[in-house]
Amino acid sequence: MSDKNPHYVAPIEESDQTEIDQVKLSERKSTLWLDAWRDLRRRPLFYVALVIVIFIVAMSVFPSWFTDIDPYATDSADLSKSNGPAEPGHPLGFTRQGQDIWARIVYGASTSLSVGLITVAITAILGVPMGAIAGFFGGWVDSLLSRIGDIFFSLPYFLAAVVVMTVLSDYRNVWVISVAIGGFAWATLARIVRAEVLQVKQQEYVQASTSLGRSRMGTLINHVLPNSITPAIAYLTLALGAAIVAEATLSFLGIGLPNSIMSWGNEISQASITVRTDPLPLIYPSLALIITVLAFTILGELLRDALDPKARARR
Amino acid sequence: MTTDVITTSIDEQPHELDPNKPLVQVKDLEVSFRTQGGDVHAVRGVNFDIYPGETVAIVGESGSGKSTTATALMNLLPGNGRISGGQVLIEDKDISKLGQRQMAAVRGHVIGYVPQDPMSNLNPVWSVGFQVREAIKANGLAKGRKEVEARAIEVLQQAGLSDAERRMKQFPHQFSGGMRQRVLIGIGLGANPKLLIADEPTSALDVTVQKTILDHIENLTRARNTAVLLITHDLGLAAERASKVIVMHQGKIVEAGPSRAILTDPQHPYTRRLLAAAPSIASQRIGATVSEDAKDEGVIELASIAKDRHEEAEAHAGGAVVKVEDLTKVFSIRRGGFKSEDLTAVDNVSFEVHKGTTMALVGESGSGKTTVARMILGLETPTSGEITVGGTRLDKAQGKELFDVRRRMQPVFQDPYASLDPQRSIGAIIGEPLKVHKVGDAKSRTARVEELLDQVSLPGAIAHRYPNELSGGQRQRVAIARALALKPEVVVLDEAVSALDVLVQAQVLQLLADLQTELGLTYLFITHDLAVVRVIADEVAVMEQGKIVEAGATDEVFANPQQAYTQRLLDAIPGSGLDWAV
Amino acid sequence: MLRYILRRLLQAIPVFFGTTFLLYFMVFSMPGDPILALFGDRTPNEAVYNSLVEQYNLDEPFIVQYLLYMRDLFTGNLGVTFSGRSVNEVFADAFPVTLMLVTMAVIFEFVLAAVLGLISGLRAGKLSDQFNLVVALVLNSIPAFVAMFFAQYFIALGLGWAPVTVGANATWSTMWLPALTIALTLYVVGMRLMRGSVIESRGADYVRTAYAKGLTSRRVTPVHVARNSLIPVITNTAASFGALIAGTTVTEGIFNIPGIGKVLYDAIIGGQGPTIVSFVTILTVMYIIVNILVDLLYAVLDPRIRYV
Repeated sequence: MSDKNPHYVAPIEESDQTEIDQVKLSERKSTLWLDAWRDLRRRPLFYVALVIVIFIVAMSVFPSWFTDIDPYATDSADLSKSNGPAEPGHPLGFTRQGQDIWARIVYGASTSLSVGLITVAITAILGVPMGAIAGFFGGWVDSLLSRIGDIFFSLPYFLAAVVVMTVLSDYRNVWVISVAIGGFAWATLARIVRAEVLQVKQQEYVQASTSLGRSRMGTLINHVLPNSITPAIAYLTLALGAAIVAEATLSFLGIGLPNSIMSWGNEISQASITVRTDPLPLIYPSLALIITVLAFTILGELLRDALDPKARARR
Repeated sequence: MTTDVITTSIDEQPHELDPNKPLVQVKDLEVSFRTQGGDVHAVRGVNFDIYPGETVAIVGESGSGKSTTATALMNLLPGNGRISGGQVLIEDKDISKLGQRQMAAVRGHVIGYVPQDPMSNLNPVWSVGFQVREAIKANGLAKGRKEVEARAIEVLQQAGLSDAERRMKQFPHQFSGGMRQRVLIGIGLGANPKLLIADEPTSALDVTVQKTILDHIENLTRARNTAVLLITHDLGLAAERASKVIVMHQGKIVEAGPSRAILTDPQHPYTRRLLAAAPSIASQRIGATVSEDAKDEGVIELASIAKDRHEEAEAHAGGAVVKVEDLTKVFSIRRGGFKSEDLTAVDNVSFEVHKGTTMALVGESGSGKTTVARMILGLETPTSGEITVGGTRLDKAQGKELFDVRRRMQPVFQDPYASLDPQRSIGAIIGEPLKVHKVGDAKSRTARVEELLDQVSLPGAIAHRYPNELSGGQRQRVAIARALALKPEVVVLDEAVSALDVLVQAQVLQLLADLQTELGLTYLFITHDLAVVRVIADEVAVMEQGKIVEAGATDEVFANPQQAYTQRLLDAIPGSGLDWAV
Repeated sequence: MLRYILRRLLQAIPVFFGTTFLLYFMVFSMPGDPILALFGDRTPNEAVYNSLVEQYNLDEPFIVQYLLYMRDLFTGNLGVTFSGRSVNEVFADAFPVTLMLVTMAVIFEFVLAAVLGLISGLRAGKLSDQFNLVVALVLNSIPAFVAMFFAQYFIALGLGWAPVTVGANATWSTMWLPALTIALTLYVVGMRLMRGSVIESRGADYVRTAYAKGLTSRRVTPVHVARNSLIPVITNTAASFGALIAGTTVTEGIFNIPGIGKVLYDAIIGGQGPTIVSFVTILTVMYIIVNILVDLLYAVLDPRIRYV
């Protein structure tokens, strides 16, 4: 047998003789957020989405930068231009009432964005603590909060918003519609956060924190939440787009915002009456809606991938 | 599918092959992986042969390329990996020239495979029977429903699953780890291959189960004259089971030869380091004198750590710092619906840990050792019994008192990848106990962090870095530094070195021993690994099913175990059956 | 399995009472006169007003109102719509249409998600994968009502491939366009699930072991990769079935499909508060029932859940 199994020894100078487990630090630091940022920066779609979002934020805050016409002014409509084509100063033409389409889109941006942001804030304020406390403390607290969450989860939020907006027909404004949407949409977020907290709280660094004397609440805030918040961030970005759609749909149905408030949903609703003969007044605000939602969707998807090291490894 | 494959030889007749003609020839094998940072060369010019019927072991640490070599033999490298140089000849056929169908015919039929982790290697959505039948059909071993079924049952029975017939319809999650591994062995050997590749086949299992499984593989393969390629990190295990040992390091073979020659006369410095650091081997050689030339090569000699540390401890041993009396923990387990069942995880456990010494709590999974540790750390409330730490009743302590006890006792956990908050810098992690307990000001804390880093032999510069930039061993050293920040009397080490590679493990054990001497620390060391106990502990308590079945001074327990269970655990240490000539 | 079904049904009880209570609470305990609020700008005549007070027992204390309302719900006594037909009758006529539309939409959605997800998963990172994903994201960003108008204007009106409105003639062949449009705006979620789990399964240990057994990819891909990956896609599709049952209002309104969504749509447009409340309640109950069925389906598909 020995001829088949010679005792082979590699030339010693060829092998690495460095100390065991030496610290080799790379040039750049590596943290979850830094890595996510590096990942995002490499993706062209991220810039596309970012530019759109910045554009819409600018439109919402400074609409007068984008158009000289104030659609809220009483003299902004000119019936002689009803459904008129584009002309200098009016790049997208006119609505049936003879209003400038572009100006109405510009002024509608702030409505969409406000509803989106307020809804997301309400969702986060309700969903994150509910999910985190349920997941972290467990026991009867979890049972109670989870059952409450189940009830809201089982009520399709669009239908709930329809009921709220019907009942509160005298109080239709940006805040009420945001509460109607966000007040019923938080249950999904709470589930996401709870599931993540359940995982993170098993981690040994959480136990280490407890055994060095931090209070339960301190551990939750200092270690558990920062490590379980990332899926919530991606979800909220996606939810922002969904809230904008929900507002537009409710407005389209006539139970969202009143016509006195500029909203893309209202524009589409108005234009839908004549869509078969003159589709452009419907198509333009629809495109504004689609592009905005798409920007937030792409941002949310990219964030989700970037903040999940496992997903990043998969690519 | 593979009808061109010979359908005979399903009986257990041993293979009759020319013993001098190699079954597998690996020539200058190179494997590389495409990654974002460029190609990584995992295997760099590896040569070896496997002859019919012989058992060859490849030994190496993680990242040595041992598993990659094994998967390359079956042409099953992951998507981004490829054979970038050299050849693998199986029965003189170059596998890189085989088509998909031909390669599928080689797998299963010529090369059987037993993977490492029994938990993830069976498809959870198919029954066990389905997965065995599938393998039998693919290799054309039986035709017709009935015949396939009968053969499947036979295969599982041979693999040691006595009630195979009943269990065919069950799903993998209804099997224990050991039983799943038996199913995988059945699948691997089901087509009576000429070579069985066993990739760390038992490292996910309890020690006593490990031994049974390895014995079983050995019996089956010997009876059939099947060659075995055993991939392992454990030199002791390799030496015990294989006739030829190949030591790999960083993608290359550093030393290869008959196992006896490798163990008794290691030539390469890396092999020597590995040998000296392997606890299973050190446990055989405890008390042996350290060769001076070994020290020169930077070898960490575990046996000498044990000896030095032990002498030190004897000189310093004091009164009981941790005292546990009649400790019991009953868990209420939900059994579907609204019923629940009581499970006594810890049953009337009593022991003492003396100042400046190390007490090891040993047991297999489910023995209750970790629950004891968690109760001592105050992470779990005892059902009954007393825990006293430095004179304070921990089970009664609350608020301020509990807060103060925590200061005197700190944990180090098992998983280096989970024990540090990934979003905190190393400095913040080590300084956290100081901050929580309001020790010093920001400046003095920074100084203390630097001092602690130095104590665990890490450069001060890493204070501003984050955990995912460090290796497992380095993270574990950070966890130790965090545990030491408050100058505790007791450190509870819950499987603190189990996840580490041999050399790094030895290094951390050395560090722990040094720190104990330097700071007069008391350790409670929870582990499943008796070999490690041998080198670190002064006293040992063996736990089985929630009870301490045997306790005493480590030397006595090892030399003269009183309980059959302890004896079985000792026998199961890989390499314990070898006759050492050191 | 039986125990699992029982447990799931038990869990549904508090959810059922919780959601109906919540809905009822929102409508009838707001400050002010609930009936006037339900009619918005209009004022109902006295007869209508009185009949509603009677139907909802508004002269009783709130909790009694709710319990009586529950009794009505269980006995199928949900009052009448504005046109004078009983809610039961309207529901019986409309529900089969909605069921047909939603079934068709869900089948389209499942096929799109499974096929495109499998392709994307097997070619992860390649150009076709990225293209797939971007297209799905764009489609997903089109709000349902906008998508319906686009489909109606460009495909039905422009190309003439489908009827512009469905009307009374609701069949498989007249409703394919709205069904496909629904599917196109929804399939991205299922596709991503499929893609993710295909990538995960492909790298899973059990797949490598399957190859090591001697199986070829022609068997491993369908049996070990696709089969495992389909579980989340099927449950996701089933969940969207529930969401669609509850949410075809806009689709049915725009395409004039005589289903439940259309009833709700007309009630919303017409400001008929009581009808809205009745149908939202019915749809919510349907949604809860479908969700229970989804969970049971999940248990059938995944043995790990079946045997707990």
